[in-house]
Amino acid sequence: MPGGRLECGHARAYLEDSMNYHWNWNVFFQPTGIGKEIYLDWFVTGFGWTVAVALVAWVIALAIGSVLGVMRTLPDSKATSFASAYVALFRNVPLLVQLFVWYFLVPDWLPESAQTWFKQDLSPTTSAYISVVVCLALFTAARVCEQVRTGIQALPKGQSHAALAMGFSRVQIYRHVLLPQAFRIIIPPLTTEFLAIFKNSSVASLIGLMELLAQTKQTAEFTANIFEAFTLATVIYFVLNMSLMKLMGRVEDRLRVPGLMGGK
Amino acid sequence: MDFSQILPALPGLWQGMALTLQLLILAVLGGVALGTLIALGRLSHHRLLASAAKLYVNYFRSIPLLLVISWFYLVVPLVLQWLTGNPSPVGPFTSCLVAFVMFEAAYFAEIVRAGIQSIPKGQAGAAYAIGMSYGQVMRLVILPQAFRKMTPLLLQQSIILFQDTSLVYAVGLMDFLNTARSKGDIIGQPDQFLLLAGAVYFVSSFAASALVKRLQQRLAI
Repeated sequence: MPGGRLECGHARAYLEDSMNYHWNWNVFFQPTGIGKEIYLDWFVTGFGWTVAVALVAWVIALAIGSVLGVMRTLPDSKATSFASAYVALFRNVPLLVQLFVWYFLVPDWLPESAQTWFKQDLSPTTSAYISVVVCLALFTAARVCEQVRTGIQALPKGQSHAALAMGFSRVQIYRHVLLPQAFRIIIPPLTTEFLAIFKNSSVASLIGLMELLAQTKQTAEFTANIFEAFTLATVIYFVLNMSLMKLMGRVEDRLRVPGLMGGK
Repeated sequence: MDFSQILPALPGLWQGMALTLQLLILAVLGGVALGTLIALGRLSHHRLLASAAKLYVNYFRSIPLLLVISWFYLVVPLVLQWLTGNPSPVGPFTSCLVAFVMFEAAYFAEIVRAGIQSIPKGQAGAAYAIGMSYGQVMRLVILPQAFRKMTPLLLQQSIILFQDTSLVYAVGLMDFLNTARSKGDIIGQPDQFLLLAGAVYFVSSFAASALVKRLQQRLAI
């Protein structure tokens, strides 16, 4: 199997052998035997990759998703059906299948020079990183699109009619009237998607990118301290999620549209 | 691209799909059952029970499914060993099933809770007034109506779960995706089999979503 899938097999065999599990919470401060690293360093590196994947993919997803969401509300039926087809495609194929397509298939379809660059010049980490970011960005864009569309359609029709009557162009209507309000309405569902992208980034571990989950499995393999490694990873994901939720709650409070049911 | 090798491989692929569907159905049944209990816990007047249920939901909703699958793959055999006292081999299927039931229960619980909360309070009050117990009120009055309202949402979540079952790849369980991948590798046409797998997932999810949408219009009260 290409792609460097990490197996839990050894760790599990070890668990099944031994009736007595040796707890050792100091394991994170022990040297890995590679350079001067301790196991905690692996978690820090892994966390860094998780954040690097999630944030970059999120920015792209937000941009593409917003464009698609606007397209779904345009009177032009070609634009609408393109955006609908995009959403249907990316929401009905499992994330893992999409990742495999981006990582194993799409590079083969590139022109010769780009193929050599992607497969040989780039380090395996970089090419895995690019595949994961592209995959998560396009996957999440479909979800962002639906939210943006809902936000725009939630606004009273009279607003765009009034703007039209005042001589606004279509671009101006979206830019000055519809989008600023739509984005403020959809902050809660967008927050859900933002948190999901951090969780979804764990699929990167299945094509060999050493993000948080992959580092956890590797630590479990090396030390046989499976419970400790997985507990730390769980705590990191949990705390990350909770703090991002708190942060977005504050943003939401600040940007609430006055006069709406959700406003003050 | 040459797709000629796919036809002879279909029986094998069907075995993978059978495992996926088995996992899906058991996980949905278990997840809805556990999720309903958690939802009732969240809505109960016991403070401790309510906050334990809330913690359960928040906990499983903030960690990746892939992490949960790996956790249970490693831990379920060990816990069973502790409980029964002797090493009991547990296949990856059981571990994955437990992981999906526990994980999805958190998502189903939120749907069930919203369903229960959408039933007017007066109904429970009336049922208590004619002498029903808590169990009877829930079983005979509230839950039947709540489930009717939330069936489309539960099915929608099940379609998401159908796609998410492909993550069992991480522990090497031979579900539909993993079967397609390994068949493709053996035959030497990994790309064709991957595309086929994607197409099958797409068609089934898309058709199922369309059906759910029609059901939703029918069930609308």
